[in-house]
Amino acid sequence: MTEFLSMGGYGNYVWSSFAIFAIVLTLDAVAPLLKRRRVLRELRGRVRRAQKRSEETA
Amino acid sequence: MNPLVLWFHKLGSPPYFYRLAGRLLPWLWGLGLISLAVGLYGGLVLAPSDYQQSDAFRIIYVHVPSAWMSLFIYGFMALNGFIALIWRIKLSETLAMAAAPIGAAFTFICLATGSLWGKPMWGTWWTWDARLTSELVLLFLYFGVMGLYQAIEDRRQASRAAAFLALVGIVNLPIVHFSVNWWNTLHQGSTVRLFGPSLIDSRMLWPLLIMAIATKFLFAASLLSRARVDLLELEAGKDWARQVALADGDAA
Amino acid sequence: MNPTRKRRLVVISLILGAVGIAAALTVLALQQNITYLYTPVEVQAGKVPPDARFRLGGMVKAGSIQRAGDSLKTGFTVTDGDADLAVEYTGILPDLFREKQSVVATGRMEGSRFVASEVLAKHDENYVPRDVAEAMAKAHKKHEVSEGAPAAQ
Repeated sequence: MTEFLSMGGYGNYVWSSFAIFAIVLTLDAVAPLLKRRRVLRELRGRVRRAQKRSEETA
Repeated sequence: MNPLVLWFHKLGSPPYFYRLAGRLLPWLWGLGLISLAVGLYGGLVLAPSDYQQSDAFRIIYVHVPSAWMSLFIYGFMALNGFIALIWRIKLSETLAMAAAPIGAAFTFICLATGSLWGKPMWGTWWTWDARLTSELVLLFLYFGVMGLYQAIEDRRQASRAAAFLALVGIVNLPIVHFSVNWWNTLHQGSTVRLFGPSLIDSRMLWPLLIMAIATKFLFAASLLSRARVDLLELEAGKDWARQVALADGDAA
Repeated sequence: MNPTRKRRLVVISLILGAVGIAAALTVLALQQNITYLYTPVEVQAGKVPPDARFRLGGMVKAGSIQRAGDSLKTGFTVTDGDADLAVEYTGILPDLFREKQSVVATGRMEGSRFVASEVLAKHDENYVPRDVAEAMAKAHKKHEVSEGAPAAQ
């Protein structure tokens, strides 16, 4: 296991590379999820405001 | 009208695309993560180490697929930009703009991992040779497209202006790809070749190809999930978007 | 296709064509003017201005590496097959630096020697597992022995 982690003495370089790959792609996958929550919240707010306005005029 | 053209028109309609993408997404993420796991296991554990580079060569399993994706996604973005400019299809505008940050992410991974490989192998983090410089220009082109899209107020005008920049920047793609042949560079030539034998042992090659497939799936999944949200935002005033928001609110 | 789309298509194609031609011309111009490295035969032909810092590229000649015992000073010969050039370098060499490996050295000429301030190893596009490389080396050795034997007599 230690041998596997040391990667023939290049462990730092190899594992940093794979870590960058994993972190950047995770951020890339999470970004649309966060944006989706924000957009849906705004959309629901819009719908509620529209309903309120129609109730007031009625 | 012929059924293919009809389906194409249907696909271009935002609510239809939204539902279709929603159904496809779990499959794309699933296939992407499975092939990623296989590729990583193959690359880190099963592949034998290189006779000269020892285990440092394993960086190619993230570096090379990311480099391929950086070019592939740019081509995809420019193609959708082209369709958006001529036919003004909303879906193409959305797809082109959704692809830009994913392409920038892969280009960044390519440059960063290349640097991490270059330090122990070449003896330097960075050198201004043609391959490295043109790949850096590619990253700035992605940033330019994203920046231009953000800078213009009107969403549809913004995406058309950015699509135009993306289209003009496509001249950089052959420069990145052929730079190692056209100039004397520090960067080595292509190892995996479409025409003719690849210069890599088959036990080292297969995880690389699996990783290439995995990154394609991950790109498709990220693209569709971005495009869905963007369409929802773009069509906030439409009925279908309101229904989606309310249905989601009930579920939550 | 309706006339508006056709017009857009023509305008965009023309712009793309113009940009493409401009890029092709730039690439052609750069190909002649921007040289990342010079090879020993070009140096000896006087293509490099004297006292200029430049990059020297070539292969490390087999058996030419001499390391000083007490310092990081290393001397070796870079060859491009047609000409040889002696290189002197003080510092840590990259891991891929070895005989018959391509290198790119940055520095300037001092007399007939090239004094490098930086030595980078260039990797080729081949990836070979260690066992295959050993098997290949064995095959090569056998080959060389059978060829070299008559010469030794």
